[in-house]
Amino acid sequence: MKHLLSTESLSAVDAVRILDTAEEMAAVGEREVKKLPALRGRTVVNLFFEDSTRTRISFEAAAKRLSADVINFAAKGSSVSKGESLKDTAQTLEAMSADAVVIRHWASGAPARLAASDWIDAAVINAGDGTHEHPTQALLDAFTLRRHWSRVAGRPSLGGDLAGLRIAIVGDVLHSRVARSNLWLLTTLGAEVTLVAPPTLLPVGIDSWPCRVSFDLDEVLATGPDAIMMLRVQGERMNAAFFPSTREYTRTWGFDDERLAALEASAGKDTIIMHPGPMNRGLEISSAAADSPRSTILAQVRNGVSVRMAVLYLLLSGDDSAQPTPAQEATV
Amino acid sequence: MSAPSSESPGSVFRTVLGNADIDRALTRIAHEILESNKGSEDLVLLGIPRRGFPLAQRLARKIARTDATVDPERMVGRLDVTMFRDDLRRHPTRPPGPTRLPPAGIDNKVVVLVDDVLYSGRTIRAALDAIVDVGRPRIVRLAVLVDRGHRELPIRADHVGKNLPTSSAEKVRVRISEIDSVDEVVIEGPA
Repeated sequence: MKHLLSTESLSAVDAVRILDTAEEMAAVGEREVKKLPALRGRTVVNLFFEDSTRTRISFEAAAKRLSADVINFAAKGSSVSKGESLKDTAQTLEAMSADAVVIRHWASGAPARLAASDWIDAAVINAGDGTHEHPTQALLDAFTLRRHWSRVAGRPSLGGDLAGLRIAIVGDVLHSRVARSNLWLLTTLGAEVTLVAPPTLLPVGIDSWPCRVSFDLDEVLATGPDAIMMLRVQGERMNAAFFPSTREYTRTWGFDDERLAALEASAGKDTIIMHPGPMNRGLEISSAAADSPRSTILAQVRNGVSVRMAVLYLLLSGDDSAQPTPAQEATV
Repeated sequence: MSAPSSESPGSVFRTVLGNADIDRALTRIAHEILESNKGSEDLVLLGIPRRGFPLAQRLARKIARTDATVDPERMVGRLDVTMFRDDLRRHPTRPPGPTRLPPAGIDNKVVVLVDDVLYSGRTIRAALDAIVDVGRPRIVRLAVLVDRGHRELPIRADHVGKNLPTSSAEKVRVRISEIDSVDEVVIEGPA
């Protein structure tokens, strides 16, 4: 393991290893002393070219709990706004001997570029690139799903995968890196994914993705999925008219109070409602749904720290020169 | 420290403790623990994975045989020290294992750390750091099945099953039936 760039190239074994390590990190989060010495003396740089609250704070908390030093770098107010290139920024960080770079960038593929270049030696962790991938979000979603459903089934979550779970991912798939990362990871772990979206918010080439596609949310909900993952409507990336009005979107694609009532009426199901945040309350998800006991939105945030601790630990703690094949290094 | 089945050809094997020897040593350690603690009050056994944990379970069962008020399950915990090691960066990444404390915790208890082999002392150093992060015991003691010498830190065991003078070129393999399906201690040395 050298970098974490995508979930598409992540093997099931590596994914389960990250989730299992995250379980131990979660146990640390419940202790009085929420700190481990594992990454003492190592430097993690949060390199954010795009706005973010929870991902940056989550990575910062994760690195600090492992005793790493954290440098936060936001493109706004830095030399990037004076026109500095990614290469020059990276080489500056290299000169400051960063051991890991957590990068969020508006351009798809920027983390892969950084990892493949010889600009910097550090481990690269993709914290969201354009509309490509957001692997740690998918890992924390998988972690949340695995915990919930192994608790329901009454078996330990350690070592398990998501075989047999049916998950609906609903909303703006076109602009969503979260949807893509989740699709790859959840199917790798054995879950069945159904994407539900208006035709205008589905990307070209979706036929080749390993999932079902539906245009009818109520029909999918009637089949009783194990989890419903609502996606944020990404207004800031929308440069065309994708749906007639927000009210129409809410009525057709949003998880509103009526759909929540219908879900509650279908007794006995432990279906959970997930959202990667930040939410547009009243647009893709109603407040009642977001605050219902079925909602795992805050658990997802909490699990995010554990999963990111696991990723940082697995990438940084060992001696990477002993890692065997370059092919393995390229993936995770 | 005692990984099984990586035996290189051309080595000489010497079985120094068999099934019955290990059982006798553990029985003696169990009695020593009770003696030095003047009973089983506040006693917690923390096994260091992998092989220290089944050893701690066995010690607890032996203690329960002497003192019927003891519930061996509630006396034993496991303490994972992976993330506290000082050699993390010298080896490929090791995923951490679970730490499980007894239900009553370890605050103000008498904690006996249990491991299979005491060698450099670095694992115990890591364990002492790990303990500080999960609680504050009144006393910490150390019980090991085998002390093979070659300490690199000022650490000693309170209860030792067997002192084994070894050369550092030799390897000490402890096999425990719960993990290796056989109970034995073997010294593997160059031919």
